[in-house]
Amino acid sequence: MELKDFKRRDIGSAYIFLNTEATPTDGWQAFKRFVKRTIKGELFVGLWIVLREMIRFDIHTLQYPLEKIEMSPRYRAIHRLLRLFESGSERCIGCGLCEKICISNCIRMDTHVDEKSRKVVSEYSINFGRCIFCGYCAEVCPELAIVHGAEYENAGEQRAHFGLKEDMLTPLDTFKAKHQKEFQGFGALSANADENIKQTPLAY
Amino acid sequence: MSEVVITIDGKECKAQEGEYVLGVARRNGIFIPALCYVTGCSPTLACRLCLVDIDGKRAYSCNARAKEGMQVVTASEEIEKERRAIMEIYDINHPLECGVCDQSGECELQNYTLHMGVDSQRHCIADTHRPTKNWGKIHYDASLCIVCERCVTVCKDMIGESALKTTPRGGAELDKAWKDKTEKDAYAMWNKLQKSIIGVASGAESLECTQCGECTAVCPVGALVGTDFQYTSNAWELKKIPAANPHSSDCSLLYYDVKHTGIQNSEPKIYRVSSEHNYAPLHAAARYGFDFQNEVEGKDEAAFAKAVELLKTKVDTIVFDSYMTNEEALILQKIKEKYGYKLVNQDAKAYQDFLKAYTHTSGQSLYSGDLDKVKASNFVVSFGGAIKTDSPNAGYAMNNALVMNKGAGLYFHPIFDPIVENYSKNLVSITHTIGSEETIAYLLLDLFGDKEAMPESLKTYLASFHTIEKRKVQESVKEEIKELVKDEESGEEKEVVKSVTKTIEKEIEVDTNALVAMIGAQSDLIETVQKLLDKKDRFSLIAGADLYTHPRAKNIAALLGLIERLTPFDVLLVPSRTNTLGIALTCELDDEKGDFALGYNVKGDFTLSALGKGDLAMPALNQQEGTLTSMNKRVVPTNAALLFKGYCLNDIANALGLEAQWTIDYTPHLPIEKGFKSEKFDDLPNHFENDGTEKRGYLLTTENVTCKDDVEPMANVTCNESDYVYAANPVHQFSAFTNRAHQLNEAGALYASRAFLEAKNLNDNDTVIVESKEGDRLVIAVKEDKTLGGMIPYLPSFDTKIDTTPFFKTGYRFADVTIKGVNHV
Repeated sequence: MELKDFKRRDIGSAYIFLNTEATPTDGWQAFKRFVKRTIKGELFVGLWIVLREMIRFDIHTLQYPLEKIEMSPRYRAIHRLLRLFESGSERCIGCGLCEKICISNCIRMDTHVDEKSRKVVSEYSINFGRCIFCGYCAEVCPELAIVHGAEYENAGEQRAHFGLKEDMLTPLDTFKAKHQKEFQGFGALSANADENIKQTPLAY
Repeated sequence: MSEVVITIDGKECKAQEGEYVLGVARRNGIFIPALCYVTGCSPTLACRLCLVDIDGKRAYSCNARAKEGMQVVTASEEIEKERRAIMEIYDINHPLECGVCDQSGECELQNYTLHMGVDSQRHCIADTHRPTKNWGKIHYDASLCIVCERCVTVCKDMIGESALKTTPRGGAELDKAWKDKTEKDAYAMWNKLQKSIIGVASGAESLECTQCGECTAVCPVGALVGTDFQYTSNAWELKKIPAANPHSSDCSLLYYDVKHTGIQNSEPKIYRVSSEHNYAPLHAAARYGFDFQNEVEGKDEAAFAKAVELLKTKVDTIVFDSYMTNEEALILQKIKEKYGYKLVNQDAKAYQDFLKAYTHTSGQSLYSGDLDKVKASNFVVSFGGAIKTDSPNAGYAMNNALVMNKGAGLYFHPIFDPIVENYSKNLVSITHTIGSEETIAYLLLDLFGDKEAMPESLKTYLASFHTIEKRKVQESVKEEIKELVKDEESGEEKEVVKSVTKTIEKEIEVDTNALVAMIGAQSDLIETVQKLLDKKDRFSLIAGADLYTHPRAKNIAALLGLIERLTPFDVLLVPSRTNTLGIALTCELDDEKGDFALGYNVKGDFTLSALGKGDLAMPALNQQEGTLTSMNKRVVPTNAALLFKGYCLNDIANALGLEAQWTIDYTPHLPIEKGFKSEKFDDLPNHFENDGTEKRGYLLTTENVTCKDDVEPMANVTCNESDYVYAANPVHQFSAFTNRAHQLNEAGALYASRAFLEAKNLNDNDTVIVESKEGDRLVIAVKEDKTLGGMIPYLPSFDTKIDTTPFFKTGYRFADVTIKGVNHV
């Protein structure tokens, strides 16, 4: 923290105001703005496309919500926290890289040392209201613990919506039923990862 | 020492002759990598990274001394190759757990590995199982350790405890075949690395030291970390807030490392304290006593209105302690000027009077010493204070001077301190009788005073203690006798030299100084001191808090003033509490309380308190911004690490008619005539430069005043044979504030040495009754303090549940008591 940060005791002045379009002051100005915004030549381009597709009758529209699309593994939707296939324990080691790299600052975690003197993540949260689903967290994760799921229906009633660890972590029954699949998408190892590794010599 | 010019990478650099090249380079902004070197401590040559080329030869810049015309090249292809190999070897078997390691992000092994471009590993050796150790507040993970020995070095050269050492690792033997395949220095480093690991010097499993935690601060990797901090936060998440040590008068630079409390609580929380370990060591209380904040829900308007109302009507006295900023002290002084309150602060008043009496004879408005001068000196005297607990940083400076400058020193105190005794072989601990501080001041004047400049009366007074006796001493002398011997066969005469031992009776003059016997020291003290003084030219004297409340304080102060003037000593009067000096300079203090007292962090008829129990809550020092005046006579800024939602003293002052938006608006108005400067708080810097220059606040200006020579002769202070208790705190406690911190919180006790417990037939945690001559009784547990010697136990002041004030009514720190064990049925 720099010295100048301590000098700013009045927080109000930190707002930045943009130069926006002038607000109409009377009814005539408001009407002019309405006409200018509503009637544009591009409108007819769009109407023509709709009309053309309607006449063709071979449309590919999915009957949502009755039908849902199968997302590609590279699609970035609501996050998931995975478990280790061998032991079923959480993959996350609490390194904090996702927290650091997150450009919208929406990841937070609490860590502590447990009785086996390991680092454990006691709390983990993502504010989905802020998350821009950029995928950096999944890409930076060294354990492939945080990944993007395929669940794309994330409309909410509130601006802030927090996903906690228990919401994102593979539930134990799902895990035991072997429904957890290895993640193939953003941040996963490439197929030829082994070829790119240079081995360190070992004395034994 | 003369100034020389050396050339580093083509840049001409000025240096002191004999200074280390690494230091010169750093001061001139030239980068030389080094892992094992700690500024101000001796070079260990463990890492060999600071390898440079000096006049065509390879040398290590951390221990190469500057000589005139030296040509230094810091990087060449060969050197870079060597450095890369060294980093590669450090990375062998180093656990790949950066993801969870606490040091990750500020790890020097990470940094240098990247800096040297280590992207592959050619070396290997079998790993050794190195279990982690839990050493109280310090956690040691041996598998992460790179054995740079910084912890060992800093513990020996700075802290003075030598509690750590390197021990055998018991690992695999390094195959000689590597010798041909590895760079020379890298191989030598590896060979050493493979053999050792850090262990407790005493060989015990637990670490029995004062637990200052400086080893965790210097550790370049995650091997030594604070147990409490372990795995709670990554380095990069923490925001460093520069502040000053709020617990003791060294006011060292520290950073509160702050982050949100948790995922559900965005309020800031202090996770740890970090420091600039190269320039300013921290003691245990500063490092672990960080969460002493006062948490309140909001503004208590009713209590605030009552406080203002009382101040306008009933209050005639404000009682306070010295744990407050200069600005708050100035606010108190201003409302005193407006409303005529009495300001009562026992500790600052004693210091103020002492400083006044000192100025009277020294001719300077402030004392001349500071910790930097102590560090630079080679003869240090500590006098009138338990240096280890009163002011650990003064102790560190003293130890640093003894170790680094081949110095010597004297430690005068009635309580023997094994930790201080351990600083150096050339430190003589003098366990003197209680109350003889005045005599010691005279003795110092006699031993070191410039007799030419000394006033006649003082000279004759000092001479009256000397008796010169003529004594007959038998001495054996070797004499050489030349004899002419005639060779009988050849008839030649030869000269033969024979050596004969003779015993001669000699009459010598023996000068007995009665002062030595009066303080109860060994009779050979004078000779011991003479021996220690060999080749010593820079003198420092650290005077402690026992003196300010001594029954003869005024005269001792006058004598110290004379010592300042007539001896080569630079005197440092250690302020007893954090801002005692600042308050003594800012406030006009009164002796006696009036009828209705408003207490600030002290119990009064209405109490403002940051300790959580008062009538109106106040912010603690980690929730305030302002300046503190350190023992180095430096006005240092401290910033608020945490929020405080209640009222502060400035709000009360505003309600009383003063006008200031923030407390720090008072900073430029601190009394200029007392040495303060008219500088705005926001303009005060708070950091160390690359060369170690302290850019923190500003130094108080010392003014010369006319001085007098009048000192009184000694008064008799009787010392009974009965039990005594001393007013002191354990090494990691200073006040009720330190005890609020979760890592330091404990119940107070009567702290005693092993010897005392044995003599009194007591066990650890037994209950005793301490009874004073006036009949004040205290029933208290007795605890063994392993870092204490002697037969005088001490009573602490940090625990608010134990009221020890009746025993020390005058403030004098030694009290005559009886201590009895309680037998439980």
